[in-house]
Amino acid sequence: MRLVSLAAWAGPLAHDFFRRAFAAGTAAAIAAGLVGSFLVLRNQVFAGDALSHVAFTGGLGALAFGFAARSGVFTATVAVAILLAVLGGRARLNDVVTGVVFTWLLGLGVLFLSVFTSSRATGNGAGAVRVLFGSIFGIDAATAAQTGWIAAGVVVAMLLISRPLLFATIDPGVAEARGIPVRALNVVFLVAAGVMIAQLVQVVGALLLLGLITTPAATAQRLTARPWRAMTATVAIAVATVWAGLWLSYVRPSLPPSSAIIAVGFVAWLAVEASARVRRRHRHRPVEVPAGA
Amino acid sequence: MPPADGWPGLLAAAARLSWDLSRDLHLLLQYPFMRNAFVAGGVAAVMCGVIGWFAVLRGETYAAHTLATVAFPGASGAVYLGLAPLVGYFGFAVAGAGLIAGLSPPQPGHRERHSATVGAIQAVALALGFWFVSLYQGFLTSLSGFLFGSFLGVTRVDVAVLMVTAVLALGVLAVLGRPLLFASVDPLVAEAAGVPVRAVSLLYLILLGCAVAEASQFTGVLLVLALLVVPAATASALTARPSVGLALSVGLALVTVWGGLAAAYFTNRPVGFWVTSIGFAGYVLARAAAAAGRRWNRRVVTA
Repeated sequence: MRLVSLAAWAGPLAHDFFRRAFAAGTAAAIAAGLVGSFLVLRNQVFAGDALSHVAFTGGLGALAFGFAARSGVFTATVAVAILLAVLGGRARLNDVVTGVVFTWLLGLGVLFLSVFTSSRATGNGAGAVRVLFGSIFGIDAATAAQTGWIAAGVVVAMLLISRPLLFATIDPGVAEARGIPVRALNVVFLVAAGVMIAQLVQVVGALLLLGLITTPAATAQRLTARPWRAMTATVAIAVATVWAGLWLSYVRPSLPPSSAIIAVGFVAWLAVEASARVRRRHRHRPVEVPAGA
Repeated sequence: MPPADGWPGLLAAAARLSWDLSRDLHLLLQYPFMRNAFVAGGVAAVMCGVIGWFAVLRGETYAAHTLATVAFPGASGAVYLGLAPLVGYFGFAVAGAGLIAGLSPPQPGHRERHSATVGAIQAVALALGFWFVSLYQGFLTSLSGFLFGSFLGVTRVDVAVLMVTAVLALGVLAVLGRPLLFASVDPLVAEAAGVPVRAVSLLYLILLGCAVAEASQFTGVLLVLALLVVPAATASALTARPSVGLALSVGLALVTVWGGLAAAYFTNRPVGFWVTSIGFAGYVLARAAAAAGRRWNRRVVTA
């Protein structure tokens, strides 16, 4: 009985496709957790979301003009990351600007899609579906290794800039007065986020990427107000969510892996949110004064 | 009914733009589906122009985008259950609005937690939609039109539903308008003055959900901001006065949607592309004009 259950737990790791998904998923979770906690702190979640959709325009644009989709994805994502950082200027990047730029770029993507699909008889929205939702169970060994390297590079870059970036995030004015290059940091951060997003969109899809950027960070910020502790918790939650979701999707094949991972993350977030609210209500209950005091 | 996905090339090949305006208009409106699209597009533009102006004022752009993506599980779930997609659009948009309002941090001033909440809800909605799609494979064939817009499938029933919603929503907004403006500009003072800020926010998000469900019929769920935020952002770049801004926003939304429909009809390119491009061109022009105006004013003052 015990042996059977052990085999069921370790069973998925016997498959090549699952090992690759496990490795790439873990690397993605660490990088996305780290970048995501800064995106949330800096109120730039929409910019991250927009970059993952811009990857779609870049990929389709490259295909429409006969280049490899990959080169287009990286070029477009990094270029728009720089554009958004510059447009944001001295002030924190504004969601309205992000929304306007992002909508037009997606509209361009639709044009490329129509050029691409009318020049080739095949295909309808299927390509778009793959870009949006990805397939973590379908990646090959080379892609998994590449994802690992890119994630490692992004993590190193983030760790190098994390101290001044945190300072510049919490109080940009004071940080600038202390001689920290606030605007340059904003560009470097968004480019690092862009590189990570460009790779992960192709590997895990825009959907899972958004789930990894937002949900663990939202959960961790409910647990603690200390930034470094929240960052560590974000990465740990992201990794745990990916592992649990992959296993769940292996056990229940009708559930797509990206949906499973996000569902696990959402349930964890709801639990933390509910317990935080209950605790707050407890604290706010009026203290009963004993009679005669 | 023409297919929801893909362009009926034969129709468009016959329609060539000429210098004869009345002939063009006749060509444009000769098919019932185009007439339906123009009426429904006009209704959606008026509603989005008004509601979107408040979205820009309140900085709820990301919430608008998220409520649009919530329409994805709504429509795919409705198709999976055999209901009309519009039922799913509205049902899920309203539910999503409730979820965003309920899960956002209660204290005002925690914008960063708000944006994380909104993003996380969007991820869950997309995951749910993807699950529905994988349960019901047939939906994939019309996904492109659903994501990026197609006006070919607008029926007379849809037009009627859109009109009723628009009248109801604008009626609610007429009552809600003043406290909403107060609560958007200064939530703390509004709360102190007795405005129920949280209830107003929830009601507004529900209205936003309805507007998004309407706009996404034309722009597709991914390009909803083209009607909801781009005209309003353009108007806000030009004027800070609420009455002028609202009127300008509605006018720009109308130009965007009608121009986009006509351009798509004559050029054989997707309506989503035209709607976003017209809107973006207007925004860039308005920002440039505003910057030039500021420079001019400064010169006048210093001279």
